[in-house]
Amino acid sequence: MYQITCPHCGPRAQTEFTYERTMDSVVDPAADAQTAMQALYTRANPMGLDEEIWRHTYGCRAWMVLTRHRVTHEIHAVRAIGPEALP
Amino acid sequence: MSGPMRPATGEETISFTFDGTTYQARPGDTLAAALLANGIGLVGRSFKYHRPRGIMTAGIEEPNALVTVGTGGRAEPNTRATDVFVYPGMVATSQNRWPSLSLDVASIFGLAAPALGAGFYYKTFFGPAKHWLRYEGFIRRAAGLGNAPTEADPDNFSQTAGFCDVLVVGSGPAGLKAALEAAEAGSSVMLVEQDAAPGGSLLRDPDPAMDPAVMIAQIKALGGKVLLRTTASGYWDHNFLTLTQRLAEPGAVPTHGFAQRLWHVRAGRVILATGLIERPVPFANNDHPGVMLSQAVRSYVRRWRVLPGKRVVIATNNDDAYLTAEALVEAGAEVVALLDARASGPAAPAGVTVHHDARPASVTGRKHGLRKVTAVIGGSEQSFDADLIAVSGGFVPVSHLHMQAGGKLTWNEEAQAFIPGETPQACETVGSALNPPPAPAVAPAGKAKKSFVDFQNDVSLADIDLAWQEGYRSVEHLKRYTTLGMATDQGKTSNMVALSRLAEKQRVTVPEAGLTTFRPPFTPVTMGLLAGAGARNAGAHVRRIPLHGLHEKHDPIWQPLGYWFRPRAYPVNGESLAEASMREARTVRTVAGLSDVSTLGKFEVSGPDAAALLELVCATTVGKLAIGRGRYTFMCREDGIVFDDGTVWRLAENRYLMTSSTGGADRMAGHLSYVRNSLRPDLKCSVVNVQEHYAGIALAGPRARAILASLIGSEPPRHMGYAPATLAGVPVHVLAASYSGERAFEIHVEASHAAAVWQAIDAATRAEGGAPYGLEAMELLRIEKGHVVVGGEVDGRSTPHDLGLGGMLNKAGGFIGAAGLTRPALSAPGRNNLVGLVSLDGPIPEGGMLIQRAGQSPQGHVTAAARRILEGGAIALALLEDGHKRHGEELIVSSPTRGEKARVRVTSPHFYDPAGERYRD
Repeated sequence: MYQITCPHCGPRAQTEFTYERTMDSVVDPAADAQTAMQALYTRANPMGLDEEIWRHTYGCRAWMVLTRHRVTHEIHAVRAIGPEALP
Repeated sequence: MSGPMRPATGEETISFTFDGTTYQARPGDTLAAALLANGIGLVGRSFKYHRPRGIMTAGIEEPNALVTVGTGGRAEPNTRATDVFVYPGMVATSQNRWPSLSLDVASIFGLAAPALGAGFYYKTFFGPAKHWLRYEGFIRRAAGLGNAPTEADPDNFSQTAGFCDVLVVGSGPAGLKAALEAAEAGSSVMLVEQDAAPGGSLLRDPDPAMDPAVMIAQIKALGGKVLLRTTASGYWDHNFLTLTQRLAEPGAVPTHGFAQRLWHVRAGRVILATGLIERPVPFANNDHPGVMLSQAVRSYVRRWRVLPGKRVVIATNNDDAYLTAEALVEAGAEVVALLDARASGPAAPAGVTVHHDARPASVTGRKHGLRKVTAVIGGSEQSFDADLIAVSGGFVPVSHLHMQAGGKLTWNEEAQAFIPGETPQACETVGSALNPPPAPAVAPAGKAKKSFVDFQNDVSLADIDLAWQEGYRSVEHLKRYTTLGMATDQGKTSNMVALSRLAEKQRVTVPEAGLTTFRPPFTPVTMGLLAGAGARNAGAHVRRIPLHGLHEKHDPIWQPLGYWFRPRAYPVNGESLAEASMREARTVRTVAGLSDVSTLGKFEVSGPDAAALLELVCATTVGKLAIGRGRYTFMCREDGIVFDDGTVWRLAENRYLMTSSTGGADRMAGHLSYVRNSLRPDLKCSVVNVQEHYAGIALAGPRARAILASLIGSEPPRHMGYAPATLAGVPVHVLAASYSGERAFEIHVEASHAAAVWQAIDAATRAEGGAPYGLEAMELLRIEKGHVVVGGEVDGRSTPHDLGLGGMLNKAGGFIGAAGLTRPALSAPGRNNLVGLVSLDGPIPEGGMLIQRAGQSPQGHVTAAARRILEGGAIALALLEDGHKRHGEELIVSSPTRGEKARVRVTSPHFYDPAGERYRD
């Protein structure tokens, strides 16, 4: 079970979080059908770092992007997203 | 097997029973030690061939001596006799034997062993089915170990979290030293030991320089936590470990309320001092009672003062077994011969004859021990009269946790063992697991057929050879074909022996042959422990809707819906569910009814960009809604498939209320949050989940408008209109939405004031001759009206067009799923479309398949079946291939599983008031 450092709450157990999707599978609502379907169905699966969207669902409910290693499960970085994280 | 050397200290003060006979034991005895002290060698029967089995080890790796401990719901089958400490009144029972342990009828299977060899099940499955049918019954009766108890476990299990800088697994010399050093350096330390006593190998080979009791006291004095009878059973990501702690022995009544505790520990650093497991030696009948691992023999002699045999042969390929010879001689046993497979070895104790280049070939036995050991010495055979053989085939480092942590193994040729190597986690292995004693490879000398490798699953060297011969080259295939290493001991004593054989067959080195992966748990874990407090219905909490108590007074039939219970029907005068729901539905059609719809998903979206967010989520237009108006809407996934539906209302200039299905409410909450935070953080709006903030009451029927008008003192909004109002002195939202097909309203009220509002509406409705209605009546009403339901017609495969909702799509696009919907396949012919079915004869079986004639592949299925409410006659909703174009066609609904059939005509799904005249005024 991962330990994820929530940008708002600090290190917490994975059971408090839910996984949403990888960043490359985010579908831009304005995208054409081909681009959208590519994001949904034909994604890369690299053995290395990967950006993923997670949510601290059973904590502060905030959204964040994890940079996670798909093989070692090491989490290299976490950054908050959402309206409050906008510059 | 006999010969207590027990005296010295201690007394036999504990009584326990084994197979109904009462025996005495000392405090601190494992069941295995106590049985051996009482001269009992035969403890169980093997899984497949029912061969007599005894005690082979003195630890958790025991493959043979499995017993059931305890009775009733507390019985624990397949408990290792070496891993349970005797307590007063303990009831132990042997397994897999009939009628008794010593006289077991099924042991004749041993004679059939050639037919039951590796791959027997697979071969039988591939053969004609009738063969399997012939074998199945008898295999199911004969094969197996202990029986799972049929009663519920009366015990409680606890779960708790732990944190430490350093977690040390194992309290042998290395573990004690590591834990003490860490504690002295100021770290918070947890030391876990699966045994009831600390010390590990020190219990067998005492070291005057190390007293476990003293060191444990020092660790504790420095603030360290020491958990005995606790197994580190799983090593997960980010240095997270699960520990299983026994607070009561298997089958015992817990004294402190809990039988076991599951620890979730996040450790800064983990030190694995897990030691070694001794390898058995393959030779003919090496599974017989009286064949024991060398270190185990030493443990019984030194730790428990029990002599497992009087005339002992020792067989080894390493120096460690010489210590066993010493211990046996000290204890007064006769070491008949020490067979050393090597050409030379250390000095043996006085009086012990050492034979070099000597390997055991076979043994013969009696009930509780051996009769004779035959060895190959040099090139010739020699036999010895002996009741016990102590064997050592080398040592296997316990690297399970290291591998679970993602660690690599390196091969040590001298010790013929895999040693823990690099690991990606903050974890290191210390002690003997890193330095197993040298032990060269030795070719087995006995007949392969009776030379057992995996004792628990009855896998012999011959089975491995057979798997090889039949083309199974990979160790993973070998494992699955022979079932090697797949028993409850997970191959702790067998994996390396088997791997050596496979490597020998392949003519490669052992590391080239590969190794199977170790996975948690290290030793078996009780299911109740994983459930913890979640057992006995505490796992799924029942949420109560605000009006639960009010409904309860009418004693309704309840139905679970989402997290809640909602009344399914309110039967009166002994009505059945069908009678009550039909009466309620008829009341709605003719007068008025009220129903609790509190569980609907409800979201308030506000802010200048609220409409923009809703236009993204909803597939229908939202932005053009006038203040005080609402509309039906539905939501698509990114691939264009409908996943939920509801209504959206404009309460004020920048304030909207969106409703969605009960079952999908959590998913919708997550979806809205994802869209808002990930896709459009730039929007100026807020989304608040008000599902449980508001209770909802539906009021429907031709009299609904008049009833509501009298209650709120003004004209209610027209269909799909919204108005705030005051009802029973409580502020409410009135939404004029109709699910039933009648003039209807949803009245949403702040949950804590819901009772007063319900009671007022209920009284006014009953005064008009109306009544409350439940989910079943609602289902009858919506089917007749042709409204879809999420989880029914909205089945994760239907597009808006399939459901007849295509005309409502936002023509401007821009909603989630708009791009996905343009995929050609979603508008190609052959898709299942929503249709209505009218029966031409009897009732329509729900879930039935739609066919044109018998024997045809189904062209669709019935999603919901009902009866017409006022006219009578069976109707249904269905998804039918190209259904939109097939109205008027006659088909057959067939449910082969229920043996039901009906002839139907395909129609529009709107059976009732298709023009919607009943709710417009």
